[in-house]
Amino acid sequence: MADSALIGTPAGTLRRDGPSRARRRERASATTLGLRTVALFYVTILVLVPVCVLAYRALKPGLGAFFTSLNDPAAQHAFQVTAVVALVSVLIDTVFGVAVAILLVRYRFPGRRLLSALIDLPIAVSPIVVGLALVLVYSPTGWFGPFEQSHGIVIINAKPGMILATVFVSLPLVARAVIPVLEQVGTEQDQAAASLGAHAFTRFIRITLPTIRIALAYGVVLALARCIGEYGAVLVISGNISGQTQTAPLLIGDDFQNFEQDQGYAIAFVLVLIALVAILLGAFIRRRQKRGT
Amino acid sequence: MTATLVEEVPAHDAGTSRTPRRRRARTGLPLRGASGTSLGVIVIWMSLLVLLPLAAVVGKAFGSGWHDFWSSITSSTTADALKLTVGLAVAVSLVNAVMGTLVAWVLVRDRPRGAGIFELVIDIPFALPTIVAGVVTLAIYGSKGIGPNLFGTRLGIFVALLFVTLPFTVRTVQPVLVDLDRDAEQAAASLGARPQTVFRRIVFPQILPAVVSGATLSFARALGEFGSLVLIASNIPHKTLIASALIYGKLQETTASAEQQAAAIATVLLVASAVVLVVLDLIQRRIARRG
Amino acid sequence: MASLSRTRRFAAVTAVAVAAAVGVTACSSSTGGRTINLVAYSVPKPAYDALSAAFAKTSQGKGFTLNASYGPSGSQSKAVAAGQKADYVGFSTEPDLTKLVPSKVASNWNAGPTKGLVSDSVVVITVRKGNPLGIKGWDDLVKPGVKIVTPDPASSGSAKWNILAAYSHVLAQGGTETQAAAYLTKFFKNVVSRASSGSDATQQFLNGTGNVLISYENEAITARQKGEPVDYIVPDQTILIENPAAVTKGASKIASDFLSYAESEQGQEIFASKGFRPVLAGTKIGQVQGANDPSNPFPTPQHLVTVASLGGWSVVNDKFFGTSGIVTKIEQSA
Repeated sequence: MADSALIGTPAGTLRRDGPSRARRRERASATTLGLRTVALFYVTILVLVPVCVLAYRALKPGLGAFFTSLNDPAAQHAFQVTAVVALVSVLIDTVFGVAVAILLVRYRFPGRRLLSALIDLPIAVSPIVVGLALVLVYSPTGWFGPFEQSHGIVIINAKPGMILATVFVSLPLVARAVIPVLEQVGTEQDQAAASLGAHAFTRFIRITLPTIRIALAYGVVLALARCIGEYGAVLVISGNISGQTQTAPLLIGDDFQNFEQDQGYAIAFVLVLIALVAILLGAFIRRRQKRGT
Repeated sequence: MTATLVEEVPAHDAGTSRTPRRRRARTGLPLRGASGTSLGVIVIWMSLLVLLPLAAVVGKAFGSGWHDFWSSITSSTTADALKLTVGLAVAVSLVNAVMGTLVAWVLVRDRPRGAGIFELVIDIPFALPTIVAGVVTLAIYGSKGIGPNLFGTRLGIFVALLFVTLPFTVRTVQPVLVDLDRDAEQAAASLGARPQTVFRRIVFPQILPAVVSGATLSFARALGEFGSLVLIASNIPHKTLIASALIYGKLQETTASAEQQAAAIATVLLVASAVVLVVLDLIQRRIARRG
Repeated sequence: MASLSRTRRFAAVTAVAVAAAVGVTACSSSTGGRTINLVAYSVPKPAYDALSAAFAKTSQGKGFTLNASYGPSGSQSKAVAAGQKADYVGFSTEPDLTKLVPSKVASNWNAGPTKGLVSDSVVVITVRKGNPLGIKGWDDLVKPGVKIVTPDPASSGSAKWNILAAYSHVLAQGGTETQAAAYLTKFFKNVVSRASSGSDATQQFLNGTGNVLISYENEAITARQKGEPVDYIVPDQTILIENPAAVTKGASKIASDFLSYAESEQGQEIFASKGFRPVLAGTKIGQVQGANDPSNPFPTPQHLVTVASLGGWSVVNDKFFGTSGIVTKIEQSA
């Protein structure tokens, strides 16, 4: 039963009502409380409590043990590999995300709808399928296999393959963050500048980029979180070689496999912290965006 | 002019106008020259990255003919895994449709104290690595966790899926609720309509596309989810073996037909993903038409 | 037009930069001088970690580090055959290694003093602490209510050893091949899992799946060393597990040195401390924590079958796991 205070009037506005309405409002407050409790309880028990328990479990062996787990060479390597793969992938995402966004918003061409749908595809594909798909094309027995072998290129079980997989799953994020802003901004300034003789590149740097800067930052933060966190696709592609292609998420999986729960929880906790930073950054950027418009 | 652009163009639909009401000039420069080169580069990149590999999956699945494809996906283990996966995904989407809408409602209309923290908490499953989502679930529901031991149960998988799909419905419904025009509701309320009637007749129809959208996204995500389930699922055939885990297992096998079988199951998932995208697109267009 | 060529140049530069970034990471996967790539089956990580640390302390192995990948024996072999970089390969079963001969491994890999083997073990039956079901041997496993956890032979080497041990125990008791095959059918009816590796199966079992685990003896010992609440039984009839290892063609000298170290007395002592039965006769075996009897950790079973006595791997692989193999047929009719 929805509360009258929630429908039609801003929350908390008092109305000069008769006794029956007042009674209904009191009963209704109970409903508000009920809904609020259910909703917040759901989120708390589903997300908040488990994350706190993870933090507790990670730190339970003590801060010393916590840092020992993180200083372990395998963990150090894993963080390095994660950083390299994530940063290169985000770079690629940014370049192509912006380019695709501009093309979709500013230009018309046959297949525009198809391209738009294509960009959304990675969201709906299972990471394992992504891994399998890339293996079928880029492994030595795959479609490009012979070409790679004759040119000494290694993609699968090495970082290039991991970058491909990570870019695949994070591709939509930058584009989708930027497109609404591009649409909103329109092309007047751009066309004005063009009519004054500015080059396309100059127009991009001077006019387009500043307007999408904040949305772009938001998209990059989302993409970065996604790239750091990819598991399934990278598991299939990388060969999980510790020290070379084992990312932090992969190491967590291994740790739980090898009775090394302490290290698993420690690394998981670090990744939770990174995710929280990403969320806070995103929220901060969002607020600036709202203030800007 | 930009104001109308903002209101009328949903994020997913870059500029196709259907109804005369949406008098949006067919913006778009023709493609030539420098932009042609850029587009060429992008199309090649996207093909290499996205289309070719997916085509390879379908190609491998059907490589030995329709009969082999069919027997791959109808084998008892595979069929049960697919049924379990779809069943769980549907169940999760239904729960999300209700709870996600409820959470969005409370956050937007009720705005209780401390809602800010919950806004951030809701995004956590979206920003976390999937394996960490699995660790989070394990911390409570694992064999050494503080809660009931859900390892190796379908309920455990269900809970993990709820965790990772929480943000989807909330985040699709929330903006729609924020933008909702309250006039109709106020009018109805002042005419004496009871709150639940107002909700049922006025609010709900307006948020329904967003709810369905969010539920569809949850469904797609739950269908293919892997990382968060690795630690809580025991991968027992017919009991707790889901499609993505089955594909992964097949990729480990050394038998000659294992890769083809993996590709066959993957193709089924891809078809489901494609259906999801089509549904989402249709919903987006309906929203756009409503304007 | 200047603006067009400028933008074209920009697009080209971007494409090149991206390609270069990807290319650089492609080329940077060569290992440093004293680091080798090790590809092994799923369970020997504790042993190789200890071996690598000890080897690095010797004068020969100064600065030695390991980039290791562990996984199901069959899958790992397939990965190396498909191009995964490996200097040292150590598998659970011999066929997984001979698959790489002669393309990746020299044909004289087993000409050395240990015949290419680096560790031994036996198949044991692992149960929950206290052995609540009172399992004493193979015949107890086909009773109703027993839920067996064993990996999938399509990817796991451990699975093959387990199946061979289950099958041959009937022969060791004087039964016929038909009876052994009948036993296997009953055995599989009680199998509940499809883990892809020995290590996966152990994890499943420890997490609560099933009530009996068939595994390497060294896996059971490792689990107990880590404090897991399990017991294990060395059945009266079981099979001798023999794990081969080799260096690949073109591997650096330090990889061969490491292999020699693993096969040496010090290496074998380290293997023993981690629960593996040494291949070198006369290896000093100290107290092995986690074993049923730490001072006598590797008791000799009454009937120890070897693959050789079953006809050798080429015969066995086909007979059991080939397209019309005994196990394949059982799995298909399931």
